Amino acid sequence: MRRKGVNYSKYGYIFTLPFVLAFLIFSLYPILYTAVIGFTDMKGLIPKPIHILDNPFQNFKDLLFDNPSFRKSLINTGILWIVNFIPQIVLALLLTAWFTNRRLNIKGQGVFKVLLYMPNIITASTIAVLFSSLFAYPMGPINSLFQQLGWIDAPVYFLQDKTTARGIVAFIQFWMWYGNTMIVLIAGVMGINPALFESAAIDGANGFQIFFRITLPSLRTILLYTLITSMIGGLTMFDIPQLFLAGGPDDSTLTTSMFIYGQAFKGSYMYNRAAAASMIMFVIAAVLSGLLFYLMRDRGAAKMRKAQKAILKSEKAAAAAAREV
Amino acid sequence: MEKVQRSEIAGRRISKTIIYIVCILLSVLSILPFWIMFVNATRSTPEIQSGLSLLPSTHLMSNLHVLLDKSFDPVRGFLNSFIISSCATICTVYFSSLTAYGLVAYNWKMRQPFFTFIMCVMMVPAQASAIGFYQFMYKLHWTNSFLPLILPAIAAPAVVFFMRQYLLATLSIEIVEAARVDGSGEFKTFNRIILPLMMPAIATQAIFAFVGNWNNLFMPLILLTQKEKYTMPVMVSLLRGDIYKTEFGSIYLGLALTALPLFIVYFLLSRYIIAGVALGGVKE
Repeated sequence: MRRKGVNYSKYGYIFTLPFVLAFLIFSLYPILYTAVIGFTDMKGLIPKPIHILDNPFQNFKDLLFDNPSFRKSLINTGILWIVNFIPQIVLALLLTAWFTNRRLNIKGQGVFKVLLYMPNIITASTIAVLFSSLFAYPMGPINSLFQQLGWIDAPVYFLQDKTTARGIVAFIQFWMWYGNTMIVLIAGVMGINPALFESAAIDGANGFQIFFRITLPSLRTILLYTLITSMIGGLTMFDIPQLFLAGGPDDSTLTTSMFIYGQAFKGSYMYNRAAAASMIMFVIAAVLSGLLFYLMRDRGAAKMRKAQKAILKSEKAAAAAAREV
Repeated sequence: MEKVQRSEIAGRRISKTIIYIVCILLSVLSILPFWIMFVNATRSTPEIQSGLSLLPSTHLMSNLHVLLDKSFDPVRGFLNSFIISSCATICTVYFSSLTAYGLVAYNWKMRQPFFTFIMCVMMVPAQASAIGFYQFMYKLHWTNSFLPLILPAIAAPAVVFFMRQYLLATLSIEIVEAARVDGSGEFKTFNRIILPLMMPAIATQAIFAFVGNWNNLFMPLILLTQKEKYTMPVMVSLLRGDIYKTEFGSIYLGLALTALPLFIVYFLLSRYIIAGVALGGVKE
């Protein structure tokens, strides 16, 4: 398939050149530049010549040890991600188990997929402002709905309570992403060798056994991929919390991206501090990507072992199931 | 044995009913917020404040009037977003296809290192380099220009990755060789023969690139400070400000206008979008 011709090899370089140039100019240089700014005293609206601090790591030290707002933003980002990811993966797995179970044969899957995925495609900023209007106080749609249902007597100021505000941000993230995760997982199940399911079914394994003994182990890589991409996405969470409550109440929904944006672009022009915070974020993302890279490479051998194990397990499960019946 | 089977069938019927109920509830949860948004766009502020309704009212035009009277300009925002997203999408799919073809069709020394490098930089978040990027663009006097929102799209590692997988599975080198025998240059071969072959993959990636660029908030928010340059997502932030504080009908209408193009695109292309999401996840 691959041509060995020596004459043509230069086209490999020529065809990839635009990519390389665009990457060097618009990604690599800005990252290095950000790193350098992180070591300087660059502040204020008027650009000054670059001056490295006497202690180059001063900005990083200040951020990590003396900046409660930054620490809070890291903790918030973590909390918001965990509270949205756990229900998201649980619901996505549950729906995957239902939709791929041939004995259940759920109808209308196409329509359900289209509807459940829908929030993911709509602009996150629109959704953020929409939800802040829906939860408006004292007269918003949610307050009206809850009063009509008799769940509450007086209007509730949802967005003033820290826990509720965080909960709603996490819910929006969950609501926007579980459909996506579900479709990815269903595609993963479709990629599993159907013979595995058939033999398990013939051997009398029930739905639970098939799901936990065959489906889940085969989905391991895709689950890890989902986990890490979701972590990196969660780390850079910006649109929803920024336009939903702009970080409030009392910084309870301030994320790291919002901290960076706030330091540099909302009047204080603390470019050095924002750059140092970006670098900390970059290092976290790089570690996560490295992990993903490590997990995705050389999977052939591991996969074979896993498939064999799964077959053995399914046989055992089937035998056990047969005994029970 | 028969009894066991019968109870099993009854159990399955019950669990199927529960599954349908859950799925329908989740679908309602997906639709309801947007439904309320579209309905409230046609209701007056007093109506919205008097309670929830799922039926449209008659105040669409007066809401539109209030909305357009202030700084919200959906046509401008739509055009800006459209220009940026289209140009960025064309850059992404063309140059990613070119890069992927370079990776698959030619045997060059740096090929494997270059591919490893693409894998490594696939996940770098835009926020990590935002400060340096802004300072760089500020020096070039490119703030308030669309170029810094379009040109970086030439280097889209994840799309290159996807296109490479597609080419590895579909490209037969005989076609390329036949074209060479016929005297076609390498660029011409790519543009005339390979690109049309890649159309299914290009279409999928184009949809996602377009939607991704359209929905992007962070970069336009940093780079664009002039109101007439605002994209749709940045314009949405105007609806949260003080100018529309109590004009709920207009706020909902503004939101509905920003979401409407996406709803139209989604319902026209939902089949391809769902298939594309599925493909994206199983990329290996």
